[in-house]
Amino acid sequence: MIDDIIQEQPWRRAWRHYRQSRFAVIALIVCSIIILAAVFAPWLAPQNPYDLNVIDFFDSKLPPGSSAPTGFIYWLGTDGQGRDMLSAMLYGLRISLFVGVLSGLIAILIGMALGLVAAYVGGWIEALIMRVVDFMLGFPTILVALMLLAILGQGVDKVIFALILVQWAYFARAVRSAALVERQKEYVEAAQSLGLSQPRIMFGHIMPNCLAPVIVLGTMQVASAISTEATLSFLGLGLPITEPSLGLLISNGYSNMLSGRYWISLYPGLLLLLTVFSINVVGDRLRDVLNPRLSR
Amino acid sequence: MTVVVFLGVYAIGNPVDILIPDDATAAERDLAIQSLGLDKPLLTQYTTFLSNLLRGDLGTSFVYNIPSIDLILLRLPATLELAFCALFIAIVIGLPLGLLCGLRPGSRLDKTVMGASIIGFSIPNFWQGLMLIMLFSVMLGWLPSTGRGELGTVFGIETSLATWDGLRHLLLPAINLSLYKLSLMIRLTRSGVREVMYLDYVRFARAKGLSEVRIVMVHIMKVVLVPIITVVGMEFGSLIAFATVTETIFAWPGMGKLIIDSIMRLDRPVIAGYLVVIVLLFVLINLLVDIAYSLLDPRIRLGGEPNDR
Repeated sequence: MIDDIIQEQPWRRAWRHYRQSRFAVIALIVCSIIILAAVFAPWLAPQNPYDLNVIDFFDSKLPPGSSAPTGFIYWLGTDGQGRDMLSAMLYGLRISLFVGVLSGLIAILIGMALGLVAAYVGGWIEALIMRVVDFMLGFPTILVALMLLAILGQGVDKVIFALILVQWAYFARAVRSAALVERQKEYVEAAQSLGLSQPRIMFGHIMPNCLAPVIVLGTMQVASAISTEATLSFLGLGLPITEPSLGLLISNGYSNMLSGRYWISLYPGLLLLLTVFSINVVGDRLRDVLNPRLSR
Repeated sequence: MTVVVFLGVYAIGNPVDILIPDDATAAERDLAIQSLGLDKPLLTQYTTFLSNLLRGDLGTSFVYNIPSIDLILLRLPATLELAFCALFIAIVIGLPLGLLCGLRPGSRLDKTVMGASIIGFSIPNFWQGLMLIMLFSVMLGWLPSTGRGELGTVFGIETSLATWDGLRHLLLPAINLSLYKLSLMIRLTRSGVREVMYLDYVRFARAKGLSEVRIVMVHIMKVVLVPIITVVGMEFGSLIAFATVTETIFAWPGMGKLIIDSIMRLDRPVIAGYLVVIVLLFVLINLLVDIAYSLLDPRIRLGGEPNDR
């Protein structure tokens, strides 16, 4: 029973703390809805926007709320090819989230491993890793990604690769500084005197205690990755047209906007804003909750 | 390093396909390839690139037919003008707002501004630009959305700041570029003020009977400004990076728009030149920031023991 309490405590305490901000709870709910909507997009969307049999070109650029001759109602209007905006947005959200989350996760794994090694091994390996980290952080994300994609060309894999490359350094730096503190603690000494192997101490004992900053940073970085990907796609350097993310949808509406057809750019942008905003609010709250200096 | 840049920049795509009209004859095509030096083996192209690089020559733009460095330097002032104006807006509005919020944490103003600043962080910059154009150019018709407008000359520098028309053109892009930094500035100032506000020396100043205005403007600001100045320096680099997006949307003829156009047209010498210029620019900015930091913060002295931060 006592073991139970000790086991449960950190997460339950974090949640109790988190709950105190109603705004953050709403953001968490919105965030979950968005993720679910993205995962189940093919089942939720009123039409498959990439099935050419369904799309009627004569329905292109219809304003929100208009209906097709078939009785189908375009709640958010249609784009230049006659696609239902709502459906296109759900599919776009799916791609945007996929790219953002996947690149974030891989960057976390790489950054965490390198940060731990740097902190635990030290010496020239640490110096080398941190030099590279400093170099990467010296340049703004968007610029590095832009240059990489200019060199690599378009493609989902290339965008993910570029996003990983610009993100891992943030995690490496955060994990290293957390691990440096942890390494001095007595439980590490205890583990060492028990004769446990170095990888086991690093990944089994130190790593779990460095997770708090990684979780906070990870949330923020996923938001920033989604935003960066959208920017790159908007500039025409990100995802190819066959894989239209939210950024590409906005970019498609750009030319129509000047003639007053605002909805093609407006709604995907609002969805993008809502996604990034709610993730940021959740991350902001997590930082307050998980910060060991603030919570007792 | 140079090999990476060369391969990256020169081994992609075939710019001839983009540069030459579809109806050109095979002879015209060969002539173009020859004049651009694309017919030589890759190794020869590389050695030419390297020897030219060492002489500060990054090649001639395929599209504009002038040396790429000249082309970039020609566009640099427009970008700098935009970045400086955005920075100016961020500081002039962000500092006082952050100060007010920091002095009254939890007030209605504080909550509103902090909420708005999260939106400012989250809003995708390019979409925000589109919405600004839609609102102020398309719907209201108040401000122009493309170009630099009429340029005036001040001290031999051509700038949009000198004419009314130029100012009108500058306003929207500058606001678009500044909003993210504005949010950052507010947050930095606010947290700085909150940290310093309850320190003993401020209480002492208050006990001495100094006026509130003097305490805030002199005693608090002096300490708060130190980290802000360094962050402003570092963020200036990111302003130039983000200017690529803003310039593309507002058709601002700076080097950010140039690089996007060049990537689209596979204008390799310009891409290579931009890389070199931007790296130099960042090295310079980081150097200046480090110097400013060591001058401003008495805890850090050059040549002393390195502080563990």
